[in-house]
Amino acid sequence: MRVNFTVNGRPQEADDVWEGESLLYVLRERLGLPGSKNACEQGECGSCTVRLDGVPVCSCLVAAGQVEGREVVTVEGLADYAGQRSCGTGDRTSPSGTARDTDSQTGEGTRLAPIQQAFIDAGAVQCGFCTPGLLVAADEMLERNPDPTDADIREALSGNLCRCTGYEKIMDAVRLAAARQSEGA
Amino acid sequence: MAANGAPTKITQGSQTKGGIGESTLRPDGTLKVTGEFAYSSDMWHEDMLWGQILRSTVAHAQIVSIDTSEALALPGVHAVLTYDDLPTDVKHYGLEIRDTPVLAHGKVRHHGEPVAIVAADHPETARRAAAKIKVDYRELPVITDEASATAPDAVLVHENREDHHAGHVPHPNILHRQPIVRGDVARARARADVIVEGEYTFGMQDQAFLGPESGLAVPEEDGGVHLYIATQWLHSDLRQIAPVLGLPEDKVRMTLSGVGGAFGGREDLSMQIHACLLALRTGKPVKIVYNRFESFFGHVHRHPAKLHYEHGATRDGKLTHMKCRIVLDGGAYASASPAVVGNASSLSVGPYVIDDVDIEALALYTNNPPCGAMRGFGAVQACFAYEAQMDKLAARLGMDPVEFRQLNAMEQGTVMPTGQPVDSPAPVAELLRRVKAMPMPPERQWESSEGADVRQLPGGLSNTTHGEGVVRGVGYAVGIKNVGFSEGFDDYSTARVRMEVVGGEPVVTVHTAMAEVGQGGVTVHAQIARTELGVTQVTINPADTRVGSAGSTSASRQTYVTGGAIRHACELVREKVLEIGRRKFGSHHPAWATAELLLEGGKVVTDGGEALADLADVLEGESVEVEEEWRHRPTEPFHPRTGQGNGHVQYSFAAHRAVVEVDTELGLVKVIELACAQDVGKALNPLSVLGQIQGGTTQGLGMAVMEEIVVDPKTAKVKNPSFTDYLIPTILDTPTIPVDVLELADEHAPYGLRGVGEAPTLSSTPAVLAAIRDATGLELNRTPVRPEHLTGTRRSEG
Amino acid sequence: MDFLRPASWEEALAAKAEHPTAVPIAGGTDVMVEINFDHRRPEYLMDLNRVGDLFEWEVGAESVRLGASVPYTRIMENLRAELPGLALASHTVASPQIRNRGGVGGNLGTASPAGDAHPALLAAGAEVEVESVRGSRRIPIDEFYTGVKRNALAADELIRAVHVRKADGPQQFSKVGTRNAMVIAVCAFGLALHPQTRTVRTGIGSAAPTPVRAKVAEEFLNAALEEGGFWDNGKIVTPSVAQRFADLCSAACNPIDDVRGTASYRRHAVGVMARRTLTWTWESYRGARRITEGAA
Repeated sequence: MRVNFTVNGRPQEADDVWEGESLLYVLRERLGLPGSKNACEQGECGSCTVRLDGVPVCSCLVAAGQVEGREVVTVEGLADYAGQRSCGTGDRTSPSGTARDTDSQTGEGTRLAPIQQAFIDAGAVQCGFCTPGLLVAADEMLERNPDPTDADIREALSGNLCRCTGYEKIMDAVRLAAARQSEGA
Repeated sequence: MAANGAPTKITQGSQTKGGIGESTLRPDGTLKVTGEFAYSSDMWHEDMLWGQILRSTVAHAQIVSIDTSEALALPGVHAVLTYDDLPTDVKHYGLEIRDTPVLAHGKVRHHGEPVAIVAADHPETARRAAAKIKVDYRELPVITDEASATAPDAVLVHENREDHHAGHVPHPNILHRQPIVRGDVARARARADVIVEGEYTFGMQDQAFLGPESGLAVPEEDGGVHLYIATQWLHSDLRQIAPVLGLPEDKVRMTLSGVGGAFGGREDLSMQIHACLLALRTGKPVKIVYNRFESFFGHVHRHPAKLHYEHGATRDGKLTHMKCRIVLDGGAYASASPAVVGNASSLSVGPYVIDDVDIEALALYTNNPPCGAMRGFGAVQACFAYEAQMDKLAARLGMDPVEFRQLNAMEQGTVMPTGQPVDSPAPVAELLRRVKAMPMPPERQWESSEGADVRQLPGGLSNTTHGEGVVRGVGYAVGIKNVGFSEGFDDYSTARVRMEVVGGEPVVTVHTAMAEVGQGGVTVHAQIARTELGVTQVTINPADTRVGSAGSTSASRQTYVTGGAIRHACELVREKVLEIGRRKFGSHHPAWATAELLLEGGKVVTDGGEALADLADVLEGESVEVEEEWRHRPTEPFHPRTGQGNGHVQYSFAAHRAVVEVDTELGLVKVIELACAQDVGKALNPLSVLGQIQGGTTQGLGMAVMEEIVVDPKTAKVKNPSFTDYLIPTILDTPTIPVDVLELADEHAPYGLRGVGEAPTLSSTPAVLAAIRDATGLELNRTPVRPEHLTGTRRSEG
Repeated sequence: MDFLRPASWEEALAAKAEHPTAVPIAGGTDVMVEINFDHRRPEYLMDLNRVGDLFEWEVGAESVRLGASVPYTRIMENLRAELPGLALASHTVASPQIRNRGGVGGNLGTASPAGDAHPALLAAGAEVEVESVRGSRRIPIDEFYTGVKRNALAADELIRAVHVRKADGPQQFSKVGTRNAMVIAVCAFGLALHPQTRTVRTGIGSAAPTPVRAKVAEEFLNAALEEGGFWDNGKIVTPSVAQRFADLCSAACNPIDDVRGTASYRRHAVGVMARRTLTWTWESYRGARRITEGAA
């Protein structure tokens, strides 16, 4: 079957999709967007978290045919998505909001969402396999709840497993992003 | 055409000044937060096929027949291979003992063993084809524990063993056995005022790295193959893969793709040979990606263990002797079991002074899932047991458990049960002191003006208590782990370091085969190059087999050994650069000949700080490159009967204090805080050190209260191969983890550093267990603890 | 496999009538896992996400008509006053991501004894509105679960909504899992006080082949509360009464040993949760009574 939907603001068409394929498979294997990770395919790890019509969901649990005509944001589009949001509220002072010359090898100079920069700065990335899903979930939480308590952060991220960090640096990163967001506001 | 997602060089630009000791940020951080970092499962190639493995549905059986005809007839299927299709006489592989069939032949020995492989144009086609392969099994009795393994009429898991352990084991179903005897236990025992015995059970833990096994094999024009793979040790893989393919090693090119965690689970091969076989057979690139279910069968696990300990102590709290017997379940194939046995036995005494010991550790061959490397590697199981013993002894003596440990703590100069003296700092008592001195978390943090915040209570979001039945407990533990490969293994790494001028700037390129699995080796290795060569811009080349072996990313060894190799290569590069400098500029300044010269800030400087030349000028028109192997101090094998020998190169130590709250009625546990103190010798990257300690601590927490692969004792089949039923801690299960880092240099190690990654995984589990015992008063001789163990509801009904 | 995309409820019913083997998919929590792991290859998958009606709820005088696809997140956020038990249960479902997509229709369709919504629905009192091209009917929740992962739906029927009685008193929900979040129930318990009828209702999850009510326990407690005049005098429920109630709830279980927990533990934990949820709801009832009296 054919599926048409919007990913990170761009219309996309996937052809010859097997009816049992998930949104995750279509993103990764058909649209060249492997940022969303396949770690469990059963909604028990959050590594494949994307926003579907704005709402964080596990893309492994969305049948490809279900996204027809809908909007998806993946980690690849997170910086733009967050950038548009902060422009919309007049916030242009996020520490990473400006694009620098991009280094194709390291990605240095890439425009990043505040939560992405905070993950790097706080040491919240190790193997990085859980990172894309955590970023999408954390960014959405900060959008809803700009001043979260620790318990709020833990609850909002309780659907995202990380095996490397013990979560401490992830907590630091979210706190850091929230603090920078409030300074910038 | 290159495979899509092939790794590129990682360069950190001049904004990163950091040498060692700084919390330099990861060079791959930006790629990882934007989703651009290519993991092995992200690899893609035009025209590629998908591989699928058919695995045994039973644990132990004769294979009567395999019929692949229906699978081959399915449109879209390009190949179906079984044992009979293997191209050479080498049909087995293994880390130490080649006992693992590439594809099952005649017999399957564990649930989930690979029987056949398929390549097809879509993963669903490959799955359908695999489902159409007919395998006729005649089931055999299963060996599942020591009793069934060594029963008089026991079926042998491996007949006609020829490995080098076969000669010294008491039964062919015992893979390896290591006794250690020192002193006179009978005499020491007579001195004891109290004797404490315990029988302990340690469950089967899974590494549960988040990125399942995956890779892409691309056939090459010269008849070889290029494998893009997530592994812990490229050259060990290569050594096992090439003979099965019938190719010389230089025709099997291996490049490390992004690795989604490892923790020991990628030390053995998984899909490597299968992907290469299918690629070579079909002439097309073949990608294999395990799903989570398959991943539970696709790698070895941490050995479950039964441990029997006896300790004695005098009335004034001095340990007199220790006897222990540690039985590890190695499962169906050897993997790293012999080395795990070596660790379990040699570290079974813990970080304590006990002169009189009688130790036996062994690993069984059974029909359970194969077990091998996992963070902590044999030391974890022992630590759980000896720390429980320490608490029991302290209680019997009426002593404080921390003071009792401190009284018996080893220190520099202590002689291990193997006869090896500990020749660098061993601040065991100090780590305990520090962890005990940390402020305690406030009581009843879950109370708020709006009532109880269930997120901070046992049961969490499930709303099981609002404070009812909740009791706090505190527990301590400390452990000892060896660093690096032991027992005489030739443990080395290779580094190629190049220095040249690019765009007027001195630039260093570091090339090793070190597997970056998330630990941050790439960060630290660049820091070493900066410190040694005084440049800011360091490029880390992708890890591949075009450079010599780096050894494994395991045993907490990469910063030590590959870091050591890089430092060594940098030193040689520096000498050559200075030679060039002397040749070019030596006549300009007498200090070129007389002073101690360093490379700093892009210049050649004297030890007095005087700049002699810019590196850019020295290296104008020249470049320097060195490739060198580097080894740590040699070790010796343990004597097969006495266990004596200088078997280890370095030890590392961590201590934990756990604070838990237990819902004593429902048996649910909330870990409130898990404080850690660890000696790291020298923190090359303090931020990464914290990440290792906190991550290792959390894996130990998981082992304490939730993580266990459950194997049916009647069928040896795995009952919970999924993230629905194999639970690892969420962020709501994980407490704050304050860390106190001690830096006491080991003069034998580069920069004085001490391997960091594993020690925190040891003491975390027993500390949590001790805290739960403190809260409940229960004995708790097994881990993980489940609610039924805390509520007296373990037994089945009826 | 064919993918059916009905754009309206009527189209969905027609498609289900034409293809009774079609598997409806909404939040995907159960269906996609079965597909991803090759446990199921239905001939037809039928997407219900385009049927907007299923995402709506109406609060009536007596009950809430809750569309089958209303996500658990919406229930938590918007229906805490009307459906407190279900809102608490919704909060324990899987992860935030899954709560954003999954709804009660999926729990009912799968009819797993471990579905988190069931105990709350049983305790509150509910009817499942199902429909086919042959017509619509309402199945009382007590008659809905017919066996392990089986329900009273006919092959051509779809779940449209569930009508849950609005809370007329305090409700609680509690679930035991071996992790503090994102966990499938080892067992679960729902309790609702119904002061208007002076009754209590219960629901037990994961401790019997189907979700069940502890009817003997309810009858005992109803009688004990009536006899002691508790509804009127607002006294603390006597510990012996609470314990007897808890024991009877345990006795209503028919659990098994499995990898998530032992039968014996499940029976024990249901008793503990019964006693605790009774305490919490009764305290809340007494508090509300005091406030009402104070205001009067």
